Amino acid sequence: MSRRRNPALWAWLMAGFAFLYIPILSLVFFSFNQSKLVTVWGGFSTRWYSSLMRNEQILGAAWLSVRIAAISALLAVVLGTLVAVCLTRFGHFRGRALLSGLSTAPLVMPEVITGLSLLLLFVAMEQAFGWPAGRGTLTIIIAHTTFALAYVAVVVQSRLTGMDPSIEEAAMDLGARPAKVFFVITLPIIMPALVSGFLLAFTLSLDDLVISSFVSGPGATTLPMVIYSKVRLGLSPEINALATLMVVIVALGVVAAGLVLNQAEKTRQRDAKMADST
Amino acid sequence: MSRLGYLPLGDHLAVSAEPLVRALVRIPPVRWLLNLFGRVTSGRGLVIAVPYGWLALFFLIPFLIVLKISFADQLIAQPPYSSLVDVAEQGYVTLKLNVGNYLFIAEDALYWKAYLRSMQISFFSALICLFIGYPMAYVMARAEPRWRGVLLMLVVLPFWTSFLLRVYAWIGLLNNNGVINNLLMAAGIIDQPIVMMRTNFAVYVGIVYSYLPFMILPLYATLEKMDLTLIEAAEDLGCRPLKAFMTITLPLSLPGIIAGFSLVFIPALGEFVIPDLLGGTETLMIGKVLWDEFFSNRAWPIASAVAIAMLSLVLVIMSFQHWLERRAEAAR
Repeated sequence: MSRRRNPALWAWLMAGFAFLYIPILSLVFFSFNQSKLVTVWGGFSTRWYSSLMRNEQILGAAWLSVRIAAISALLAVVLGTLVAVCLTRFGHFRGRALLSGLSTAPLVMPEVITGLSLLLLFVAMEQAFGWPAGRGTLTIIIAHTTFALAYVAVVVQSRLTGMDPSIEEAAMDLGARPAKVFFVITLPIIMPALVSGFLLAFTLSLDDLVISSFVSGPGATTLPMVIYSKVRLGLSPEINALATLMVVIVALGVVAAGLVLNQAEKTRQRDAKMADST
Repeated sequence: MSRLGYLPLGDHLAVSAEPLVRALVRIPPVRWLLNLFGRVTSGRGLVIAVPYGWLALFFLIPFLIVLKISFADQLIAQPPYSSLVDVAEQGYVTLKLNVGNYLFIAEDALYWKAYLRSMQISFFSALICLFIGYPMAYVMARAEPRWRGVLLMLVVLPFWTSFLLRVYAWIGLLNNNGVINNLLMAAGIIDQPIVMMRTNFAVYVGIVYSYLPFMILPLYATLEKMDLTLIEAAEDLGCRPLKAFMTITLPLSLPGIIAGFSLVFIPALGEFVIPDLLGGTETLMIGKVLWDEFFSNRAWPIASAVAIAMLSLVLVIMSFQHWLERRAEAAR
C-alpha cells in the first residue's frame, strides 16, 4: 500500500493540536506569573499556589465536589451496569425500547433543561411528601447520578456485547445460577469498562456547573460554582494555579489508567489465546 | 465451586479473584444474600425495576412537571408558580391552562432572536469544526497504526480537563490586554488592541474549541475502518487522488460527517457557559436566556416554556438527523 505522507495535511493536524493545547498551556504558564495581572508576565513565582492552599472557600468546595463525584460515580456505575445488563442480556421484555431511550436521552439533552426539570421535580416532591427537604448535596448527587449513568450504560454495553458469550454459557451449563454467573464470570471480564465508566462519571460530575447550579441550595457550593463566580468577575491568578493542578492530576490519572487498562487487555488477550490453544 | 479453577476463564482477573470469591461465598450472610439475589434475578424483575424506577422518577417525570409548570401563572410566592388544578367550593375541579407563557415567548422578539442566533451560531460552529476536523481525522486514520493510539489520546485528553477552565483560558487569550493582543502589539503589527472578547467571534472560538474533539472522533472512526483497496483500485485505473477522494472517501465518510455534525450542533444549541463567559449582549443564546429567566427574573413558568420550546427544537433536529442517516445508509 502506498504511504505517501502529505506534508500539508500533517501541518494541518499539528496546527489543530496546537489549537487544542495552546489555551491549556497558557493557563499553566501564567499560573507561575508573579504579577496579579494574569496576562502580563512579571517574573516567576509560586505565590498563587500558596495563596490557593490558604483559600478555605476553594478548598472546601473542592472537597465537596470530590465527595459528590465519588458517590454519584459509584451509584452511576451500579445503575448504568444494570441498564446495560437489561439491554444486552435480557432479550426482549416489555418496556425495553423505553428503557433504551431513557438511558440514552441524557446524553443529548441540553444541560439547562436537565437542570431545570430536576429542580422542578425536587420542589414538587418536597411540596408533596416533604422529601428531599431543601436542596443541597443530596439533590446534586441524584442529578449527577442520573446523567452520568447514561454514559456508564453506553460504555458497559459495548463491553458486554463484545465479550465472548460461551464463557457465561459454560458456567450456566455447569449449573451456576444467573446471579453467580454475573458476579464470578461476567463482572471480572467487564471490570475495565466499569473502571472507565467510573472515571468518566467522576470527571463529568466534577466538571458540572449548569445542573449543579439549578439543583443546589445554600450551603452546597461545588468547585465549578466557585470557579464560575470568580471567573465572571474577571481573570484570577489563583484560578490559573487551580487549573494547572487539575490538568496535572487529570493527565497523570488518564495516562496511568490507560497504561493499566492496556496491560490488563494484553494479559486478557494472552490468556484467551492460551485458553484457545489448550 | 471446586470446578471453577478448571474453567478456561480467559481472564486473569477472574482467576486471581477466585480464592477470595470462594472464601466470601462461604460466609453465611453472603451466601444467604446471594441466594436471595439469585432468586430475585432469575425472575429478572429487580434488575429491570431498579434502573427503570430511577430513570422514570428522575428523568421522565421531571419533563412532565416542566410541561405542567409551563402552563402555570407567575406568582410572587415560594415556589413562584400557581397550581393548575383547583378544587373550588361547590365541588368543582377546575383546570386552568395558561398559554400566556407561550404567547409571550412567541411575541417577544428577544426569544425569537435568541432561537435564531443559537441555531446560526451552532450551525456555523459545526461547519467550522468539520472544516478543521476532517483533515485532522483523515491524517490520523491514515497514520501508521502505532501512532494512531497516541494521536487519538491527544484528541481525547482535553475532554478530561475541566470544560469551564478551558473556556476560562480563552478569556486570557482574547482579552483587550490578553495574550494575543499583547503579542501582536509587541510585534508592532497593531497599535491598538483588537476587541475580541464579548463578541460573536469569541463565542465561535469557544464553541469550536470545546466541541472539536466531538467532530474528530466519529470522523476518525469511519475513516479508519474504510477499505483502502477501493482507493488503490481507483488510482490503478488512472483516477487522480483528488477525484478518488471526492468520489470514494468523502461519500463513504458521510455517516461520520452526519454523526460529528450533530454531536457539535445539538449540544451547542443549549450552551450556557460559553455565551455567558465569552459572549456579549448581541450573543443571546437560548440556553443563556433560560438561565437568566430562571435565576435573574425568577420567572419559572416562562423558563419552563422556553425549555419546552427548546426541547421541541432539539427533537425536530434529531429526527432530521435520523432521516439523513437513513438516507445515507440507503444510498450505500
